[in-house]
Amino acid sequence: MIDLIAKSAAEGLLPVTIGTMTLTELPLREMHSIAPFKGAEVSAALKKATGVGLPDTGRAIAKVDVEILWTARGQYVLIGATPPKLPAAITDQSDAWCSVVLSGEGAPQVMARVCPLDLGRMGEGDVARSFVGHMTAIIIKRAEGFEIMVFRAFAKTLVHELREVMVSVTAQATLPD
Amino acid sequence: MRINCPICGDRDRREFYYLGASDYLNRPAEGDLDAIHKYLHIRENPAGVTKDLWHHEAGCSSWLVVERNVTTHEILGVELASEVAK
Repeated sequence: MIDLIAKSAAEGLLPVTIGTMTLTELPLREMHSIAPFKGAEVSAALKKATGVGLPDTGRAIAKVDVEILWTARGQYVLIGATPPKLPAAITDQSDAWCSVVLSGEGAPQVMARVCPLDLGRMGEGDVARSFVGHMTAIIIKRAEGFEIMVFRAFAKTLVHELREVMVSVTAQATLPD
Repeated sequence: MRINCPICGDRDRREFYYLGASDYLNRPAEGDLDAIHKYLHIRENPAGVTKDLWHHEAGCSSWLVVERNVTTHEILGVELASEVAK
């Protein structure tokens, strides 16, 4: 019997701490995208089965271990639970994403250099689709900093891009005025 | 240049992909060859206000109709293409 070894997307690359900032990877969790059919009522059935309904545009809802994110127009991502049968296009995306958290005092400065969003406007639990470097990403504002999700194949590039900026921001902070 | 997406809010131009004139929303009836020729190939090219289709590619994935002055780069209005095409 072959014994497969589970490997996270950024295995061996994270965590890293540079200056006041830390970049850590979040553990892989079950994940499904949900795109409700036109005019279909999905929220109530989803809430009954998983504890979370569909969030408003640009928001996330979390309850215990289950979270649901708005990720595009008419598209949501359910994390940590299996969706019931719904009038929606549902795709299993477990293992397809890499999720990292950038925290620490300099985190907003790092994000400002790689992401075109106006991050100062984002409050806890706000979700946005945008770029990190040249990668499309899901960005979620958390209490401790920013959670960034990219396609799994971009994990190494994401770590590289953020690491370079973390080094640069730290170096500039230590320069005399 | 920034585009105010009706779903995501004010966003940087690099998040958007440009397709072309909003004429693409008015597809003529099948069989009318002259209208189809015009639909595909004949475009106004004004030095001034244009209406174009943009895709919020790196954001919410909506198609937008953006009214823009090409000589001043001023954005005059943004609407969801799905609303315009209704």
